[in-house]
Formats: sequence, C-alpha cells, structure tokens
Amino acid sequence: MSGTGGRAWSGREASELSVEGVVGGELGPDDIRISPETLRHQADVARAHGNPQLAANFERAAELTGFEESEILALYELLRPGRTSAEQLRARADELEARSAPICAAFVREAATVYERTGLTA
Amino acid sequence: MADGIGRVRFMDAQRVNLDGFATEDARLGMIAYDSPADPAPSLVVRDGRVVEMDGRAEADFDSIDEFIARHGLDLDVAGEAMALDDLAYARMLVDPSVPRAELVRLAAGMTPAKLAAPLGLLRPAELMIAMTKVRARRTPSNQAHVTNRLDDPLLLAADAATAAAFGFRELETTVPVLDDAPSNALAVTLGSVVGAAGVLVQCSVEEALELELGMRGFVSYAETVSLYGTHEVFVDGDDTPWSKALLASAYASRGVKMRVTSGGGAEALMGGAQGYSMFYLEARCVALARAIGAQGVQNGGIDSASVAASVPKGVRSLTAENLMVMLRNLESCSGNDALMSESEMRRTARTLPTLLAGSDFICSGFGSIQRFDNMFGPSNLNAEDIDDFLAIQRDWGVDGGLRTADTAELEHLRRRAAQVARDVYAWFGLADYTDQQVELAVDAAGSKDLGATDTLAVLNAAHTIKTSGLTGLDVVSALEQCGYPDEARRLLDMLAARVSGDYLQTAAIFDEQMNVLSLVTDPNDYLGPGTGYEPTPGRQAEIDAIRQQRSVDDLRRAQDDSEEFARFAVVGQASAGTAAGEVVIGLSPAVGRAISRTLSGLTVSEVLAEVLAGLEEEGCTARLVRINDSIDLGSIGLKAARLAGSGIGIGLQAKGTALIHRRDLSPLANLELYSVAPTIGRADYRLLGVNAGRHAKGATPDPARNPYSDEAIEARYHTRVVALVAIERSLTTGGGPEELRWKGER
Repeated sequence: MSGTGGRAWSGREASELSVEGVVGGELGPDDIRISPETLRHQADVARAHGNPQLAANFERAAELTGFEESEILALYELLRPGRTSAEQLRARADELEARSAPICAAFVREAATVYERTGLTA
Repeated sequence: MADGIGRVRFMDAQRVNLDGFATEDARLGMIAYDSPADPAPSLVVRDGRVVEMDGRAEADFDSIDEFIARHGLDLDVAGEAMALDDLAYARMLVDPSVPRAELVRLAAGMTPAKLAAPLGLLRPAELMIAMTKVRARRTPSNQAHVTNRLDDPLLLAADAATAAAFGFRELETTVPVLDDAPSNALAVTLGSVVGAAGVLVQCSVEEALELELGMRGFVSYAETVSLYGTHEVFVDGDDTPWSKALLASAYASRGVKMRVTSGGGAEALMGGAQGYSMFYLEARCVALARAIGAQGVQNGGIDSASVAASVPKGVRSLTAENLMVMLRNLESCSGNDALMSESEMRRTARTLPTLLAGSDFICSGFGSIQRFDNMFGPSNLNAEDIDDFLAIQRDWGVDGGLRTADTAELEHLRRRAAQVARDVYAWFGLADYTDQQVELAVDAAGSKDLGATDTLAVLNAAHTIKTSGLTGLDVVSALEQCGYPDEARRLLDMLAARVSGDYLQTAAIFDEQMNVLSLVTDPNDYLGPGTGYEPTPGRQAEIDAIRQQRSVDDLRRAQDDSEEFARFAVVGQASAGTAAGEVVIGLSPAVGRAISRTLSGLTVSEVLAEVLAGLEEEGCTARLVRINDSIDLGSIGLKAARLAGSGIGIGLQAKGTALIHRRDLSPLANLELYSVAPTIGRADYRLLGVNAGRHAKGATPDPARNPYSDEAIEARYHTRVVALVAIERSLTTGGGPEELRWKGER
C-alpha cells in the first residue's frame, strides 16, 4: 500500500489490516472506515492543489463520519426537493450543531433559506 | 419509376441516414453554442458577496446560481479572470508556455458564461491540444461497462475479470431489474479482483441505493449523481444542489470516491432548456460540480450525446465540455459512452479526438460486453470494437488505457472468476450454480450463449444480500475461506484504501501495485512537445503487441509445406524451345522452395493445374521454368516468353499474381495481367491458360475482367505481400532459369 496510510476510525493503523484478521473476526467495519482527522488532512491536500471546494466537501464529510449510515441517508432525503419545511430544515441544522457538525449545520441553514425563496420546501 | 435518381437513393440507404439531424432551434435548446438567450458574462461582488452573476441579480438567482455564487467561485481571482479577454484566454489554452496551473487558477474565478466563451472559440485541433495539457492526471485511463441482460452473476464476474484483463481501471455495472443491484455489484466486484488488483467498481442505480452499496463496501466508487443546468430539470431529477452536495460528502465520509454526471443536450431532451444553448447549460453544470466539491465529472453528452450530435457543431461541443471539466480542475470522465450514431464513421470521429488527446478516462463507459448486453444501452464503443480500439491505439501510438489480453490467460481468468462467483454465492447461501453453468459463462461471448437461466435466483440472491447486512469485509472472509487468498487480499486492499482517503483526491485510480495515480501523485506536466505523458517502454510494448501482428518468420512457417515443395524437381538449365504451340510458364524464385500458397489460398500446384488445363484445352503444350534472377513479374513473364516456342510466356509469382507476355514486348508491357492475387480463383487461372493458348495460336482471346469487390484488399494482404516479397528476394540467386518437373494432380 502506498499513500499516507494513517489510522482508521477504530484507531487501528491501515498497515495492520490483514485477511487473517478479517477471517478471525478481529477486524470490523470501523477498521476500514475513514477518520475525521484523515479527511481533514485530505482537505488540506485538496486546498494545496487548487480545489478549496473539494476541501470543503471533505470537511463536511469529516463531520459526517460520526453519523450512522441511516442518519446520513435520512439527511440526504430531507434535502431533496419538496420533502420538508424551512423550519424543519433549521431544526435539523440545530441538531447537527449540537452533534459537533457546525459546517453541515450552516450548510443546511443555507439550504433552508434558498429552498424557501426558490420553492423547494414542502 | 422510383423517386429521384439512383445515385441519391443509394446515398439515402447508407446507415448514417438512420441518424436524426435537427435544424437549430434555440427555443428548444437545440443549439450547441451561442443561443440568443445565453447571457453575457458578468460578475458583481459587493462586500465579498456575489450580487450579480451572468446577467442575473441576486434576488433572481435560481438554486443553481445561488450554489455557484456562494460556493463555486474564487473571488480573489474573479476580478482578474472576468476582465480577461476571451481570445487571450483561448490563446493561453493552446500556448505551451502557459502551464496548466495558471489556466486552472484563472478558471476558478470565471462564471459559467465567462468560461464558456473562450472554449467556444477553440477549433477541434485546439481543443485537443488543450485537453492534452489540462487534464488532471498524467496517465490516461479508461472505464468499462460490465452488464448483461440476465444479470447473470457468473457471466458478470467472468466479464468483469475480462475487462480488467483488457486494462480497464474502472468497471461500471447497472441493472435492467433494480432489485438485482446488490447481486450485480457483488458479482462485478468478485470478477474485478480476479482480473487485476486495484480495479474500481461502481453500480449505477438510484442515488440512495448506490450510496448504500458504497457504504457497505460492495462498490468502490460512485458516478450516478446527476446534475442539470436548469433549476426545473434539476428538481425533476428529484434533487437540489444541496442534496447533491450532501451526497458528495456522504461518499467522502465513508472514504468512497465519487464523481457527478451531466452532459449537453440533457435539458433539451427533458424539455427544459429554457432557450439556452447546450454548452452554456453544461457550463452551469460543471461550475456546480466544482462548487459542490465533487472531484470529477462524467460529461460529454452521456445519455443525450445523440441530441447534441444532431445539431451543428454538437460533437465539437461535447469535447469542449470535457475540456471545461479539466479547466475546473476536476477529473474528466469523457463521455464516449452512448452510441451516438448508426454510422461507423461518425461514432469513430466522435471518439477519436478524446483518444488522441488523452483524458483521465477516455470513455465514461466503454461497453466491454456486446451491444445487446449493455444495460446502459449500447455504448459508442462495445465488445464489437475492442480490437478496433486496440488497433487505433497502436496506429497512433497513443495510450487509450487498453491492452491485448492473451487468449489462454483470458480463459483462465474467466473460469476463475466464474468459479469464485459460484463459490462465494454458495458460501453465503445466495444461489447454487453447477459446473456446467460455470463453463457456459467461461465460453459465453454474451448472455445469449447461456441458454435458459434462473433469473429469480438472481433476485433472491440480491434480496438476501440486501437484507442480511452483508458487507465487503464478509466477502473478503468468504474469498479466503473458499480458497481464493489472492482475491481476498485484493478486495481487502480496496476496502483498506478507504482509510487513507488518497483515492478521494482528483482523478485518482490505482495502478496494479495499488499506487494511487491522481492529480496529487501523478499530475499532468504537459508543456508542449517532449513533455507530459509518454508510455513507459513496457506499456508501449503492450500497446504495440496486438495479437494479430505477424512477422516474416511467422509467415515463412505458415508457408512451409514440404509435400507441396516436393512436387517440384529441377531437371536442369532451361533452354529455348521450338515447338509452335509451346507456352512456357515462368515461376518466381520461391516456387517449390519457400512459398506454398497464393494469397487466394490455393496452393501453387492447384494454380498450375488450372493453367495447364487451360492450355491443354487450346491444344498447347507447356514447360515450367523457374526464373532465379528476378522477382519482377514482367521480367519473369518476358523471360518465359523468350524461352517458349510460341513466343508466349506466362509469368506466375508464388503469391498468385500472373500475366501473359510475348517475347517482342518490353518487360512492363504485357498481354493480360491478373494483378489482384487474393481474388484470383481457379476459374480465372483456367481462363489465363486458355487465353495464353489463344495468343500462342494467334487467335483473339476474350480478356479477363477484375471481379466485383468492395473489400479492403490492400489492408488485408499488403503486410503478407511485404513478407512474401522479402522471401522471394531472399531466394533470388542470380542464376539462370531452371527447367522444372512438376508432379501435380490434374
């Protein structure tokens, strides 16, 4: 393996991953899950290579690493057109804020405002 | 009486006339560039906030404007970039002294309309130079579609391994039956790890399901995240810029690569272009792609490629779309993935510039399977075209990402892939397949060769995968326990790559040693001739060594036929004859020695039997003389004529070219020439004998006509001719003519 390596969500080093570990049940999904620190590092790399928007995406993603897959799918669903009201979007933003996801919270608040103005609320 | 004239009826019947060609109609968005409705570029920034963009005030921004204005523009360079003259920027795009980084820096400050303007000024060759310079990754690559009409997992696995063997570094599958998706994702993943290390796999389905498959480790990248250039069509697609941006972040949060999809003509096709040109709407899509933080874009028409291709300059605009993605500093997955014409020439002409210029992915889906099995619809290139593509790569000496796969190796990989799929499906209790089904998949050129299959079994397997909570790690474990340790390792490597996140960066692929090649690790450094990507000697050898190439030695072995050669025996030095009805057949140096068959596939003896029979019909006698000091047919024929009692000679080269000569003519003048050896059959050689006999008797023969043919005779035979002539020349001793005895069958 090349690249920066680094630690998985579980704290295990990427270099410690082995097929034996998988078969023996010592390795689980969190051992192949990216950590927020790694995503923030990748955001720095993206910014250094002329793409602050990709960096911003990785920074949103870093906050989402701690969320369950079903929660992320639900948040996606909520942001699709006509699914909910601006108030509910703002309430969801407050929840995100409370769960250490301030960038995502601001993002959802921005959506709430635009959705209201452009007819994308329910 | 038929309508019109035959010449035009004939033209009407050509395949290109199955294509639809539209009159430009700006109101419907059926216009490639410069619709009257397209705005003039503008950008007004007040207190660090965009308050007007491309002629629209902030209060009137639609959701796309809003997202681009808030997230997509580098306001630090916007002033400089927006003030730049369009022609000046266009010239920078092709100027080798202006590096990619500078072009990308300026593009970051340009609004959609502003970036569209200079790209509209580039001619095709200029677009290609700019693509060569501006694509993100130095090393070009290619993506394959791997699907089949039955969603048969064994065939999907075998075809995925095959695609990997041909060099594709991304495999995209999809489903005719949505509920089959988890099974297809698993089967293609299994086949990919058999075929090669480091192959990325995608399953194109509805957004939420695709995300779930990615999160669970069944696929390693995503692409079906569609963007549109108008608010209305975007919403019709059941998304907003914010929901798409969240999807991008969702994939990244699990370490999974993703790109978005757009493409000119999509809005017109959906009746929502609002009078804008295809290129302007695509400029909005690409600006939005950058704004939401996607690392790359699949565009260049895609599903609507034929819509764009129906209007003037439409195909040009598709290539310009790809360049626009590159200028936004994103990975370009460059279309060429939908069959845009019934014409072989038009579809080739559409793809060739991309192949020659090089792209991060030449095709955003080369159909590695046959057209009928492509569940995206036929691609612009399909299994029918793999050998063509390999030959074109070799012709131009360019790297289109593909390589020749050894036939024995392909068979081995297909069998192993089908066995892996069977064993893993059995391990999880998903389905039971027999040895016979494995062998059918190994041999199949497409799903039609599988016979009747149990499609409900696929549905059951997919349902079980979906509901049982299986993950990619479970598949690693199953591979190991089923006795496939290499494949288990490869799959674990792909899953482990999520931890480092290096393949989230722009234009990332893996090489077969699992090194990430991306904008970061393998940046394009083209700055004019002598710079940029060049295939390594090893890679060049892969490009050059197509399986059909032959050497002179290969041909010499194929021509070696001791039984044929034994028919010819040297009697002694040839001398002039005196009999009135005698015709001499002059043979080239390799006859009876090294060349046994003519280009039409007859043995030289079969040819002689016909010629002699023709002479006999006319009551003539014949002698055989091998000319040893010339390979020139005129000279051989003339020398034969001068040895003949009648003064008439026949010249015959071992490759089958023949003529009739007379002793008083100059070498290049002759009586009859049978020049197109591959098309000369037994009847023609019989006629040659008859006509030579008539000349010998002083009668008037009916000259032979060339047969009707529309074959590329030269393409088929010239390489063989070069080798045959080389063999003939190597046997030219300079000695005098030899009288031969021939023991043929008449």
